[in-house]
Amino acid sequence: MYTIIVLLPLAGFLIAGLFGKSIGAKACEYTLSGFMVVAAILSWIAFISFGFGEGETLRVPLLQWMQSGTLDVAWSLRIDRLTLVMLVVVNTVSSLVHVYSIGYMHHDPHRARFFAYLSLFTFAMLMLVTSNNLVQMFFGWEGVGLASYLLIGFWYKKPSANAAAMKAFVVNRVGDFGFALGIFGVFALFGSVNLDTIFAGAADVAGSLGGAGHDAAAAGAEAASHGAAAATGDVVMNFAGYALTMGSALTVVCLLLFMGAMGKSAQIGLHTWLPDAMEGPTPVSALIHAATMVTAGVFMLARMSPLFELSSTALTFVTFIGATTAFFAATIGLVQNDIKRVIAYSTCSQLGYMFVALGVGAYGPAIFHLFTHAFFKALLFLGAGSVIHAVSDEQDMRRMGGLRKHIPKTYWMMVIGTLALTGFPFTAGYYSKDAIIEAAFVGHNSFALYGWGMTVIAAALTSFYSWRLIFLTFHGKPRASADVMHHIHESPWVMLVPLFVLAAGALFAGILFEGAFIGEGYGEFWHAALFTGSDNHVLHDMHEISFWIAFLPTLCMVVGFVTAYFFYIARPSLAKQTADRNRGLYQFLLNKWYFDELYDFLFVQPAQRVGRFLWRTGDGKVIDGFGPDGVSARVMDVTGRVVKLQSGYLYHYAFAMLIGVAALVTWMMLGGAS
Amino acid sequence: MTDWPILSTVTFLPLVGALLILFIKDDNELARRNVRNVALLTTVFTFIVSLWVWINFDASDPGFQMVERSEWIGGSITYHMGVDGISMLFVILTTFLMPLCILASFESVKVRVKDYMIAFLVLETLVIGVFCALDLVLFYIFFEGGLIPMFLIIGVWGGKRRIYASYKFFLYTFLGSVLMLIAIMAMYWNAGTTSIPDLLQHKFPAEMQTWLWLAFFASFAVKMPMWPVHTWLPDAHVEAPTAGSVILAGILLKLGGYGFLRFSLPMFPLASADFAPFVFTLSVVAIIYTSLVALMQEDIKKLIAYSSVAHMGFVTMGIFAANEQGVQGAIFQMLSHGLVSGALFLCVGVVYDRMHTREISAYGGLVNRMPHYAVVMLIFTMANVGLPGTSGFVGEFLTLLGVFQVNSWVAIFATTGVILSAGYALWLYRRVIFGALEKESLRSILDLSGREKLLLYPLVALVIFFGVYPMPVFDVTAASVESLVNSYTAALDAAASGSVAALH
Repeated sequence: MYTIIVLLPLAGFLIAGLFGKSIGAKACEYTLSGFMVVAAILSWIAFISFGFGEGETLRVPLLQWMQSGTLDVAWSLRIDRLTLVMLVVVNTVSSLVHVYSIGYMHHDPHRARFFAYLSLFTFAMLMLVTSNNLVQMFFGWEGVGLASYLLIGFWYKKPSANAAAMKAFVVNRVGDFGFALGIFGVFALFGSVNLDTIFAGAADVAGSLGGAGHDAAAAGAEAASHGAAAATGDVVMNFAGYALTMGSALTVVCLLLFMGAMGKSAQIGLHTWLPDAMEGPTPVSALIHAATMVTAGVFMLARMSPLFELSSTALTFVTFIGATTAFFAATIGLVQNDIKRVIAYSTCSQLGYMFVALGVGAYGPAIFHLFTHAFFKALLFLGAGSVIHAVSDEQDMRRMGGLRKHIPKTYWMMVIGTLALTGFPFTAGYYSKDAIIEAAFVGHNSFALYGWGMTVIAAALTSFYSWRLIFLTFHGKPRASADVMHHIHESPWVMLVPLFVLAAGALFAGILFEGAFIGEGYGEFWHAALFTGSDNHVLHDMHEISFWIAFLPTLCMVVGFVTAYFFYIARPSLAKQTADRNRGLYQFLLNKWYFDELYDFLFVQPAQRVGRFLWRTGDGKVIDGFGPDGVSARVMDVTGRVVKLQSGYLYHYAFAMLIGVAALVTWMMLGGAS
Repeated sequence: MTDWPILSTVTFLPLVGALLILFIKDDNELARRNVRNVALLTTVFTFIVSLWVWINFDASDPGFQMVERSEWIGGSITYHMGVDGISMLFVILTTFLMPLCILASFESVKVRVKDYMIAFLVLETLVIGVFCALDLVLFYIFFEGGLIPMFLIIGVWGGKRRIYASYKFFLYTFLGSVLMLIAIMAMYWNAGTTSIPDLLQHKFPAEMQTWLWLAFFASFAVKMPMWPVHTWLPDAHVEAPTAGSVILAGILLKLGGYGFLRFSLPMFPLASADFAPFVFTLSVVAIIYTSLVALMQEDIKKLIAYSSVAHMGFVTMGIFAANEQGVQGAIFQMLSHGLVSGALFLCVGVVYDRMHTREISAYGGLVNRMPHYAVVMLIFTMANVGLPGTSGFVGEFLTLLGVFQVNSWVAIFATTGVILSAGYALWLYRRVIFGALEKESLRSILDLSGREKLLLYPLVALVIFFGVYPMPVFDVTAASVESLVNSYTAALDAAASGSVAALH
């Protein structure tokens, strides 16, 4: 069954890709959507029935991939509760997006190609979450990158879409650079890239560290890696000129892996591609850039939790990056005018939340937030798509307004999504986001409190920008042209039904699954798919905090809502006045903290300048100048222009070689005779 | 079948075809068609026969197989052929790419068709000979002789600056081959034999290894090509006709890597170990330097040529990592690069035949009129940047994994190539394929013809097949590579224990 779940999207991709022309776009749409719905239903069946069994991790081997020396990599599936959660998330959202796209893309001439890409993406994502080794994970990792590249650049006639697609791929590659080195490091430490071997090795290391806790670097006990016992003080890896002991080697490896996660999950520094990725069609943004692909980094850290638990340094860093991103992206979200970019920065910020949770060792809440976030963020994106569809492909909120009466169903769905995102009591976000903030409050590492502060502030900012979006889009007076307002229409059912399903998830996913994901059912639910060190008590502690700390996020939500209401409903002129009064800050935020300009200055331009220099001067003047061209000038002086060049040199060469061979043979025969 | 000289058959079959062509008078269109068909049939037939070598190959045997040996010149030089796990697949690669080259030239080559086809068939014989030769002198003859038809192909059927390009090619290779010839003499003088299997057992004195290594390096580094002796390659590629570029990138560049594996590493292990950091440095410089240069190219072929140099950097790095992952990765990378870069040059040929320009700025928005071409090009571009699931990934990954265990600095720098390659390859793709079709000259450009599909689709299939299931290659190479690595480390250990005092 698991094989079918994973391979159905691949089959769909191949059908649409190879036979899309001959069977027609309609057939493609329905076949592929049908496949995805089947895969989604199967995933839910697997998800629910898994707990009834022993809950043992299943491994489904498919095919040998690479084998060289001690390296042994196979295509295989690893099914445990973490995989199943991801299967459910990916397949549910993907099937809904497929169905939604039937309506959203119905006037596009390249629908077959679009659906093929969507299914290709889903396949790659499923390979990522089911992989039983790091290399297959890397396959899925880059595969989703490819699909994302193709989908962002789907409208290839738009130069901005092409630029965004390329940027997404290249920036992700920067992260993959770290991931790849991380894999090499893991192989150097554990002699394998298979998860079981790595986890066993990590458990040995942890076990030998004993009561010293998970700070492996400080401990002095014996550490064992793949059978060969190595003292913790012994050098197990050389990295970049440093001889590393087991503890610090693990930290390096974890940080490298996290670099990959930062690229994929758009954390600060490597986030610049995500907002630009909004150039792609909106269903893509919902599927890839909100619900699934960008959460791959979170998934990877949770999957590698046995490793990360051994390095408190790496986890501290994760907390720091996550918290900073949560805050930083939220500030940018405050002032963006493109409806999709607001949601994109919101995604960035929410991913930061997840990393904060991972950083303090609260893997359950992180995955829980991933799970609920998939529902309400996909809902918001698809809702935004419905809005854009209604107002003739306009994305600028300054040219919207007053749409509530015209598209009421979309409006209410967006409100539900916003409620869930801002953590309105008893919606999905309320459970998962508050759990993260609480976990950060009780976390032990040195940036946990920073994480808590940042996420609390970000909660208020989230509430503000989310309600700003609703107010600007749906309330007030219409700012669109009369022509656009004339054509405005509610979306067809094929688009609305997926919204309803996601809305149900956004409302109830929290209350239904809280117990299992982070509450009393934790151990039984996860079946050791998530590893927590022996002195990691975050999950326990977070249930024992005082009422006021627990209430704080909700308070922040209210503050954000009231402020937004004040700014955009009560006194609509206030927003502009505030922006005018703080021109510098406003520009700083509007220009996204100038990251793009900075990178252009620091990396892009120098790379081009250096490239040109090496080509013209390095290759042209130095190497060729002193090498062949210089020699040629001398040769020309000597031989003149008597010989016809092309044949001349050839004969020279053949002649020289013949003489050489003749000399060699003669000499050998003489030598052999003597 | 053991007594049937299968390797000689494969090697000299193309020569038979060349003889046949020699008897066809090249004076009208019908005759030219005959010439083309004979050449194609010959190469296809050679390919089929060569598959017999693969079928009969015993993967568990690390030594040379299907060995043929007979007296030749002066008693000490023998006609000695055989293949092992390292060389066998290169023979197959050659025989596989040749029919594609012939087919690719069916329409683009219109002058002196007869000479052109003969040049290619002779080239095929010589290149297969290089991979099969088990005698140093025989190897040298094949190795250097193979360049003559290549000079001709570039110099006669090339572009505007063909003379400059073939001259540059000549100058570089000439220097290397002279040094190699001297080294071969010295080896005979020391070991008393030119038989490669015997030389592999012979232990050259440490002092001498250094000089021999350097002499061979001079020749192989040019062929690879390694930085800084790579500048002949972009010019040669740019000027060569499409099929010439395919052969150059697909096969001739592999001669250097093969030479390192056949001679430098096993015969001069001590020198190889000493020079490994030097090779690493050159490899890393090549990867970063040429990737940056590729980023700024305005000519499609030059861009791909520079990316070839970068990819060969991974190969040299993997070989001198001298562990199984590194060496097998290097072999795989060479085979994969043979397919991918060959295919990319074919792709360039497709648009060059239509527009007669290689300027990137002359293109743009091809996807609008050439959807099939866009897909094929995308797959090869992705294979070129080493996307997992294509053959390009396997070699890159293994070489990096191998070298990481030896020297992490090298791995770190080389892995930046992963970022840079995505940069230049996608930048090229974006400018040529994507965008709106705005240029007037491209309005009527046609998508792939049936012949071009026949050329490219098998390559697509292979690139993906070997990306998903590279085991056939690993199975064949494993035994030979293992014995190579083992004897290499054994030689180093022996030297170390022999001079414990010196080391400690």
